[in-house]
Amino acid sequence: MDTLGWGSILSMMAARFWPVWIALVVTFALSIAFKRRLGLYGKLFDSPIGMVGFALVMFWAFTAVFADQIITFDPLTQFRGLKNALPGTAVPDSEYGWFLLGGDNLARDVFSRMVMGAREVLKIAPAATVFAFMVGITLGLPAGYFGGRLDTLLSFLSNLVLAFPVILLFYLLVTPEMVQTGIPMYMAAVLFLFPVIFLCTLWNSRYFTSPGKRNLYVGLSLAIGLWAYSGLAFNADPTGLWSMDPNLLNVFVSVVFVNSPTVFRIVRGLTMDLKARDYVSAAQTRGEKSSYIMLWEILPNARGPLIVDFCLRIGYTTILLGTLGFFGLGVTPESPDWGSTINAGRRLLSVYPHAAVVPALALMSLVLGLNLLADGLREESLKD
Amino acid sequence: MLNFVIRRLAVMVLTALVLTFVVFTLTNLPPNLEKLAKSEGSVRMSDEAVASWLQQNGHTGPMIGRYGQWLGVLPGWTFEENGTVTGRCIAKGMTAEDAPRYCGVLQGNWGFSTVFKQPVLDVLGRSLGHTGWLMLWVMIVMVPSSLIIGVLSGMREGSRLDRVLSTFAIATTATPEYVSGVILVAVFASATAGVSPWLVEQGWISGKTLFQGTATSAMDKITFWNFTLPVMTIALYGIGYIARMTRASMTEVMTQQYIRTARLKGASFGHVVMKHALRNALIAPFTVIMLQFPWLLNGVVIVETLFNYKGFGWTLVQAAGNNDIDLLLGCSVVAVFVVLVTQLISDIGYVFLNPRIRLA
Repeated sequence: MDTLGWGSILSMMAARFWPVWIALVVTFALSIAFKRRLGLYGKLFDSPIGMVGFALVMFWAFTAVFADQIITFDPLTQFRGLKNALPGTAVPDSEYGWFLLGGDNLARDVFSRMVMGAREVLKIAPAATVFAFMVGITLGLPAGYFGGRLDTLLSFLSNLVLAFPVILLFYLLVTPEMVQTGIPMYMAAVLFLFPVIFLCTLWNSRYFTSPGKRNLYVGLSLAIGLWAYSGLAFNADPTGLWSMDPNLLNVFVSVVFVNSPTVFRIVRGLTMDLKARDYVSAAQTRGEKSSYIMLWEILPNARGPLIVDFCLRIGYTTILLGTLGFFGLGVTPESPDWGSTINAGRRLLSVYPHAAVVPALALMSLVLGLNLLADGLREESLKD
Repeated sequence: MLNFVIRRLAVMVLTALVLTFVVFTLTNLPPNLEKLAKSEGSVRMSDEAVASWLQQNGHTGPMIGRYGQWLGVLPGWTFEENGTVTGRCIAKGMTAEDAPRYCGVLQGNWGFSTVFKQPVLDVLGRSLGHTGWLMLWVMIVMVPSSLIIGVLSGMREGSRLDRVLSTFAIATTATPEYVSGVILVAVFASATAGVSPWLVEQGWISGKTLFQGTATSAMDKITFWNFTLPVMTIALYGIGYIARMTRASMTEVMTQQYIRTARLKGASFGHVVMKHALRNALIAPFTVIMLQFPWLLNGVVIVETLFNYKGFGWTLVQAAGNNDIDLLLGCSVVAVFVVLVTQLISDIGYVFLNPRIRLA
């Protein structure tokens, strides 16, 4: 078997991604066919920038889903004699035959690690962003709506967190010693409570007039929420379905902690702007409760900027996770996530650049896709 | 105005106190102290030996008390054993009576770095000097280019120039420093890949690579060859962000009534942009540039690690990686100070630049 040229490397890589292409074509065909019925999501397909961004994001999302079918080698297996192998090097006595994007400094396949890295990143980044939004919304709505002392206190606290340089905070929080002291668990105990509070208040404020429905929704949220809560925060889930490795929990909590003050500030600003609108006064005159006004009048009307910020923030979270990996904080050394692979590859950067450049380009394209998607959404949501 | 500044200063001092206390608590957690005891004493210390070492060196007692000593508002600890008195403020060869009672950060005693075996102030001074040069060049590159890009793309919204420049800006904001640094090194500073081998073949450059992949030599003498890549890596990320802010504020200004009036009056487009739009459009970017400093701090840590430039960021990584408590505290004080001062400057500058804002 010979060493491959760049043309065949690219075409063979494209062939490996076949499940992703099929999924992308199906998604786009269905979305474009029904775009008039899909609201803001459908309008996205009117904007070329938004479509490019969406395609990039979905490419990586599908890659993460189908990673097991795409990889050519096990991402942790080392092959003798292929240390820092150049892209396209043949692998004798193997099922697939080639290291498509070369080998890293431990003779592992760069291509497979990059594909598995997508899964690592996309497992944490969106979930951490959702949690940050839950915390930010649950605290930002009352701060903006009621103002006064509550607002002063919460704003001061959020400014405190924002005044911390992110890297310093990571170096203080994401350490093995910190896991020993159990501080991440306490932080998780506080932060993970917010989604449960948010959902319960959401259902209660809407359906408190029809107790049957209310009890069902609140009960379901409480049951599932507290079940997940006990497993994720305290690792005490009896069924073992919800659990998180202590190191991963530490990373997750730190990322949520860093992100939520910014979300808080955005939600607070939007609430302060929206609470002077006529429909809010109308609801107040009707005698609606504050929780109903905040969650069912103000929040839906603030969704445009929040969705845009959500896309941007997933990108930012991806960058933060990469930073953590780059400094080797909180991840296992053999983890294929992009930040750590960049860090591992940079030592031999000027001689064998491929091991670091491949995950770098992957991370860049994902964040670029999210930024373009946010831009497209902003443009389309401003049109009406 | 004076009232506003005083109130802001009070909040700033409170923030600084809370933040340093948090950092102090996090760095002085029991596991960290145990690690410190084992690295200063011996690795095979028993638990009792660790406990007595901690007591002899003033690491016991309530956290707030130790913080007060570090800050210099409480008298330093003393420990008496077999008639000899040791203490926080008692230097070697000094008797307990001669030693000052208070010796914390406020008295100029920032502690001793265990990694560099030097007083923390010396380490910080030297590393901040190096970082200062880096920051200076980053600012020289970043501010003018981002403002020019922003103004050019914002003055005619939707034009082809706007599309091209906006795409560039989005692409740079999507590229964190550790990605752009890696790509820049691979393209410009690799002897086997990128443009350098081709340039050598053409005989256009005399060395092996176009730029150097490490900035270690820049600590002695800054040259175009060794300093371009670190500066570009930090600047690129900021350029996109500031350019987008400038563009947004420029497009907003260009739709204002007074711009239309000026155009109808017969003023040329260039004149309108330069004389009427520019100053108003630059208020928002000024704040953004100031608030960008904390971000630059992030970039500095990554870039100095990547290019092995022994400045503030590199020192912070060393301090954190080696459990050097005093140095890490010193770094945090500097970082928090930089963030808070830039916030204050941006607030005050905003008021000065924008005549519509009046503060009671």
